[in-house]
Amino acid sequence: MMGFLQFGLNSLAAMEIPMQPPVASSIAEGVDQLYLLLTGITLFFSVLIFSIIFYFMIKYRRRSETEVPPEVHSSLFLELAWTIIPSLICVVLFVWSSSLYIRNARPPASSTEIFVIGKQWMWHLQHPEGPREINELHVPIGVPVKLTMTSQDVIHDFYIPAFRIKKDVLPGRYSSIWFQPTQTGTFHIFCAQYCGTNHSQMIGWVYVMTPTDYAAWLAGGEKTESMAQQGERLYSQFGCGTCHSAESGGRAPSLVGLYGKPEKTQSGETRVVDEALIRQAILVPNSVRIGNYEPIMPTYQGQIDEEQMLQLIAYVKSLGSAERTNGQ
Amino acid sequence: MSELAAHGAHPPGFAHQFETVAQQREAGQLGMWVFLVTEILFFGGMFTSYTIYRALHYESFVTGSHLLEVRFGATNTYVLICSSLTMALAIRCAQTGKRKGQIIFWLILTMIFGALFLGLKLRFEWYRDYVDGIVPGVSWAYTGAHAPGVKMFMCFYFFMTGLHALHMVVGLGILTTLVIMTARNRFSPEYYAPLEISGLYWHFVDIVWIFLFALLYLIGGRYPGS
Amino acid sequence: MSTAIADLHEPPAESGVNYLNANYGIKSWLLTLDHKRIALLYLGSITIMFIVGGVAAVLMRLHLVEPQGALFEPETYNKLFSTHGIIMVFFFLVPSIPATLGNFLIPLMIGARDVAFPKLNLLSWYVFITGACFALYATLSGGVDTGWTFYPPYSSLYSHTNVVAVALGVFIAGFSSILTGLNFIVTIHKMRAPGMTWFRLPLFIWAMYATSLIFVLGTPVIAITVFLLGLERILHVGIFDPSVGGDPLLFQHLFWFYSHPAVYIMILPGMGVVSELVTAFSRKKIFGYSFVAFSSLSIAVISFVVWGHHMFVTGQSIYAGLVFSVLSFLVAIPSAVKVFNWTATLYKGSISYEAPMLYALGFIGLFTIGGLTGLFLASLATDVHLNGTYFIVAHFHYVMVGGAVMAFMGGIHFWWPKITGRLYPDYWARIAAAIVFVGFNLTFFPQFILGYAGMPRRYAIYPAEFQVLNVMSSAGASILGVGYLIPLIYLTWSMRYGKPAGRNPWGAKGLEWTTLSPPPTENFEEIPIVTEDAYEYLVAGGPRV
Repeated sequence: MMGFLQFGLNSLAAMEIPMQPPVASSIAEGVDQLYLLLTGITLFFSVLIFSIIFYFMIKYRRRSETEVPPEVHSSLFLELAWTIIPSLICVVLFVWSSSLYIRNARPPASSTEIFVIGKQWMWHLQHPEGPREINELHVPIGVPVKLTMTSQDVIHDFYIPAFRIKKDVLPGRYSSIWFQPTQTGTFHIFCAQYCGTNHSQMIGWVYVMTPTDYAAWLAGGEKTESMAQQGERLYSQFGCGTCHSAESGGRAPSLVGLYGKPEKTQSGETRVVDEALIRQAILVPNSVRIGNYEPIMPTYQGQIDEEQMLQLIAYVKSLGSAERTNGQ
Repeated sequence: MSELAAHGAHPPGFAHQFETVAQQREAGQLGMWVFLVTEILFFGGMFTSYTIYRALHYESFVTGSHLLEVRFGATNTYVLICSSLTMALAIRCAQTGKRKGQIIFWLILTMIFGALFLGLKLRFEWYRDYVDGIVPGVSWAYTGAHAPGVKMFMCFYFFMTGLHALHMVVGLGILTTLVIMTARNRFSPEYYAPLEISGLYWHFVDIVWIFLFALLYLIGGRYPGS
Repeated sequence: MSTAIADLHEPPAESGVNYLNANYGIKSWLLTLDHKRIALLYLGSITIMFIVGGVAAVLMRLHLVEPQGALFEPETYNKLFSTHGIIMVFFFLVPSIPATLGNFLIPLMIGARDVAFPKLNLLSWYVFITGACFALYATLSGGVDTGWTFYPPYSSLYSHTNVVAVALGVFIAGFSSILTGLNFIVTIHKMRAPGMTWFRLPLFIWAMYATSLIFVLGTPVIAITVFLLGLERILHVGIFDPSVGGDPLLFQHLFWFYSHPAVYIMILPGMGVVSELVTAFSRKKIFGYSFVAFSSLSIAVISFVVWGHHMFVTGQSIYAGLVFSVLSFLVAIPSAVKVFNWTATLYKGSISYEAPMLYALGFIGLFTIGGLTGLFLASLATDVHLNGTYFIVAHFHYVMVGGAVMAFMGGIHFWWPKITGRLYPDYWARIAAAIVFVGFNLTFFPQFILGYAGMPRRYAIYPAEFQVLNVMSSAGASILGVGYLIPLIYLTWSMRYGKPAGRNPWGAKGLEWTTLSPPPTENFEEIPIVTEDAYEYLVAGGPRV
């Protein structure tokens, strides 16, 4: 007990109190500015209310038991003033925060894509070039990175305070966030959605490196196939080519150039071919049949895990997409 | 306690916290309406979930719906509408000061319709579902198309009809109480509030069934070509 | 009202039959239909629940003085914060002011002999106790580790703890809220004394009316939601399970559709109490009566359309995020209006500082901070960073403890003489109020900084750089604990040894102060006829009796 008390006193003396996380991504500064504005507003109004109350407390303290205070009439002007002024402040805050949020929402087209799988209680990450990482993420400075994330069990949440980004990682669907590191260093990765016993140990580190260091790190690891190559192996292993290849005689749609294209499904709606649709088409084929093909595809539910699914998706993407070509 | 005496001669059923009979009747009615609003939101949560999943898994829901026996659903709808009529007639009799035998007659008829509804539901629907193995979690042997979605549909079917049936059972309990109260001459053309607010409840339960019937039995064009 | 003024000068120790001594024995309490006795039954039960939840909180804070965790395995810690949340939210805060002060005061304030449906009122207490027993059983049989939010699929498929018992407890306790809300709505509509028009009602009644609306409209939804969760867990039917086509986010939508309005269930009654306290201790009519009254109603209405701000980082669409963000900013306005009106009420008043007033002023200050920090969470860009961190914990506790519990304490102290007929030692009460205020700020202010620095909530183990702030918070929690224990002691003491209070020890307005303390079973000798507005201190700021 004494030990940590002593520690506390020492630290207080040294003011080792973290007031904010490092500012290490392209959006962090904008978020901090908004935070400062909000803190300013909070301080202003809190101090205002506190000082008025203190002033009234002293000025109008009861001086005798029988005193009758004068009548003060309600004032419509005041009521309107303190309805309208806070409303205007709220409008400003809303516009500011929302425009910042929208700007931060879309990843730049040049982002590299890293795949994340959350499971109780670890983060599993894979680079497109193939290297896998557990609870660690190595990225080069200055390059925008898009994370495509899913969960193998419960809901998790991928949170890097230094980048001011956070997104729930849900089972059965893909969510994504992006960041562009602006500072080299090592920063926390947290799971920010309670996920069970060792939730607080579902943490890791993101290493932001200079481009040369990053290249050395990539080269230094075990030689692995790229995710698309791994996906291609799965593609032939599961015999997908029997129907989906060009030579199969049109039993199923060709996958070349399919990613990112709007397609008409058999229930009549038009959907863009994205990660979610590919996943659904593999697991529950009859629910999203595109084009006029017979419902002959079997389900792969239970045969393909989340990691393989991401590799298959990477392969489909590598076959060319309507948005951009692979291999940047 | 002296206050009670001060109120003088009030009809039976008058509660001490009220000042007038009219106040008590209005309070009872408002209370029942507020309760029904609560009930709407109670079923509303289920209807919302149902709507969302029906949009997500439309074909499964249609397949599931076609497992249900529309004959019995329709018959039960008819039975319940009749029971609403008899309930309304019972209240009408109390209002116009008819003999208590007439009120009891209509009440018991309402109960018979209610019991008939539950009997049909149990014997020809739930029991058969159990035998056919389409009761999720209890007896599940369905292997046809869209199995997961159909299971979800059947869950909604049993939750919603089960909750509705529970309300019917409560309703039958209330009706039994009303029959006893009527037999003991508790009602008069001036005081029949319990009958009236119970009627509100009974009609509400009927209306819920009509929604359930449409949403559970009639989706997805059961009779192609017609 | 006019008849009552003469009575003000009667001697303080009035003999006679009141609701406490009308009859004796355990049966006379357990089968009572008197709203005042039911209020006391509730007060006793929620106090027990508060102690259970408080002990869990103290243990959590003790655990967190060391980064590796000082006392427990992570699993035990998870059970502690879940127990704390579930007990405090569903079994203390939700019923706190409505079921105790609301039950006691609504009939007295509107000039009625009881609530509209006394049997339903007693039933609601039994329902509450049944729910509480399930929750306590789950706690004692090993605890629950889902957090009070019960997010699936963790709660439905992965947790090994007794989720079903707790879900059942919450489900059952929900019906107690519904019955209470229904009873209050009908009582306020139909049981008002002659002359007690809507705009003569004390603002506490307006706040309780708004609260009751949320009880009636919101609670059934949470009831059905936890019901579905329980069924999912027992039968594995897949309503929230994504592997069979279910949607875990649907649970969150349904959950927050209730649970966001539920935080207004907890704060609105507190706002009502504060309106009473501020006017009574400054002997002033409330500034802007109709604005305060209607702000309660508008909070109740808007609270139903802001639930999405709990889900900004779940991946809901940007457009949904924008709509929920703007609506969440909107709900701040009526709260701001209230704060400004309370402050303006003090202007040119005759202010005295007995313990209830200290709590009320503490409420205004802390609620201001709690409310303003809500703006950080309504604004999308900052919420992304703050969601799921200690900032949320701090904000929530500023509103719930700094707001709702402060108001509850203030209200209990204010009406204690009416409830028991006895005075408590005001000196100790003021000291306790000061300790609570200091302890509270020391506990929760560091958590704002922790949150922005990035520490996630619900962490049993945390990085070492956050230790200083956590130790500060834990130190504050022990002070806060002492602050809550002192009133428990002197209030209990006062029930036997306190000086008789007389009808109106504060010189306050309002029908409840015109009758005896404690009031007779039928509340009033004669149903009063109301001839003036609420808070008419100008007419007769009479001396205390």
